[in-house]
Amino acid sequence: MLVEIKNLSIRFPTPQGESEAVRGVSLSLGQEKLGIVGESGSGKSLTARSILKLLPGNARISADRLAFDGTDVLAASEADMRAIRGRRAGLILQDPKYALNPVMTAGSQIAEAWRAHRPANARAGRKEAAEAAVDLLAQVQIRDPDRVAGAYPHELSGGMGQRVMIAMMLAPSPDLLIADEPTSALDATVQAEILRLVEDLVSSRGMGLILISHDLPLVSHVCDRVAVMYAGQVVEELPAHDLRHARHGYTRGLLECLPSLIHPQKRLQVLNRDPAWLDPIGARG
Amino acid sequence: MRASVRALAGAVVTVPITLLGLALVTFLIGRVMPIDPVLAILGDRAPEEVIARTRIEMGLDRPLPIQFFRYITQLMHGDLGNSVMTSHPVTEDIAHFFPATIELATTAMLIAMLIGIPLGVFAAVRQGSRLDNVVRVFCLTGQSVPVFVLAMLSLLVFYARLGWAPGTGRADVVFQDMVPENTGLLTVDSMIAGDWDSFRDALAHLAQPAGVLAWFSIAYIARMTRAFMLDALSGEYIITARAKGLSAARIIWRHAFGNIAVRLVTVLALTYAGLLEGAVITETVFSWPGLGQYLTVSLLNADMNAVLGATLVVGLVYVVLNLLADMIYRMLDPRVR
Repeated sequence: MLVEIKNLSIRFPTPQGESEAVRGVSLSLGQEKLGIVGESGSGKSLTARSILKLLPGNARISADRLAFDGTDVLAASEADMRAIRGRRAGLILQDPKYALNPVMTAGSQIAEAWRAHRPANARAGRKEAAEAAVDLLAQVQIRDPDRVAGAYPHELSGGMGQRVMIAMMLAPSPDLLIADEPTSALDATVQAEILRLVEDLVSSRGMGLILISHDLPLVSHVCDRVAVMYAGQVVEELPAHDLRHARHGYTRGLLECLPSLIHPQKRLQVLNRDPAWLDPIGARG
Repeated sequence: MRASVRALAGAVVTVPITLLGLALVTFLIGRVMPIDPVLAILGDRAPEEVIARTRIEMGLDRPLPIQFFRYITQLMHGDLGNSVMTSHPVTEDIAHFFPATIELATTAMLIAMLIGIPLGVFAAVRQGSRLDNVVRVFCLTGQSVPVFVLAMLSLLVFYARLGWAPGTGRADVVFQDMVPENTGLLTVDSMIAGDWDSFRDALAHLAQPAGVLAWFSIAYIARMTRAFMLDALSGEYIITARAKGLSAARIIWRHAFGNIAVRLVTVLALTYAGLLEGAVITETVFSWPGLGQYLTVSLLNADMNAVLGATLVVGLVYVVLNLLADMIYRMLDPRVR
């Protein structure tokens, strides 16, 4: 198992007492593609970031088990985690406009990731690292990698920036890629390209993928399995191709809200929240 | 590089206009003040006709615009007039006094940067820790205690009580005017001359006023660095850098600090300009023969040419440092290129 999460809880102190953002989540992942869907604040990003121990400083985290490839993340030191971050698992964030360092060129940010984890790479010269960066840019299908390597993030389009981000995270050849809404900030046409790129790279390199999104059809298209999160819990987990047959009320509600071109409705459905949704599938009868 | 050339070209236009404005304001202040320059030179016992003749010789009977025009014309020739007090040309006086201020301000600035920046960075990294609280109290006292109190307390403790520091002035009497003047910076001149006793003495005299001046600047620099760093550390790209598995030192200095360096340059430039101009009080307490003291004494003696000249120099310092900051800014931040 690449990732094992058992009964994960993440809490934040507030003036009104502790607020629990993730409430008893259990997930596991091998070399497969797992989608996590859910609305904003459902805890999907926190769950994924907890694997890398990249939570906000005031977060309180506990779990029966939280492990990455056998390493107990909760007990791991900062040095242990650094050996996992980047090297074993990469993280792609939503908006490259903010996620890339504005005063470093794309090439130097990729070269930095390339150097960081291999002693042989760290000893390599500046020129070698720059060449490696250009090579990685070519791998994410950038047409003019030399120019992009020398460009600053503000000179790149959103799709380009996200490709740079992907190249950076692939540089140390990790085993797991966590993509936290990698296409939400992009145009619709670019979204498909970026997702196809991620999918191809993950498949060809035999990596695991956690794709976080609030786009149900997209996730079911890309992933093998889908976990649906609601109010800090995984309320339903099912094979991606079975998404149509989802049983949980929240998942069903979400699916019904999707507009369809084949069966257009006069009025789009809206979510009518039901307190019973707080119970995961199988919790009652 | 191209950007800094363009900035320089723009400065060729803006700097003279700024300086002309500054000259106009200082000139008008000099004329509006209820001080009679003629009286300041001749004293109140001089006969009427001498006063009248001097007034005409100095061109003070002419209309203000013409007086200003003449002042600017002189200025263009590098002539700031003569000082009544020292009877030397003001330019000569400034060339004599300004290096002492530069020496003091630059030393203070170096100390302030070397201490203030790391202090601010570490306080931000360990926000809410004991170190952070200590830094904040230190900054608060540095900013709120008037510099003359600090200066006199320092003299009382380190000179009068402990005897660790030498007294006021730039050098002990035995070392005065011992080394040939090259740069006007006593520490540098004594080094050039290879006179190490002189150097040690100059350095010892420099330490106390520079330390007092530096404390105030450390406080400002550390406070601004801390605020900038807190902002930078909350950026998304810091999460990216952490996700890459980089070391804490690299994240803090390359990624976060790399992003605040631009804003910090402006703070540093303004601090340095403030030190070059604002050492007036410190120079007075420590009897440091710099521009600040020259300006104070000239003002008290209604020596208007000297006051105007020194004010113009201070203004020029501000303009030049601002321009420099602007150029560095363009080099550091790819977004404004």
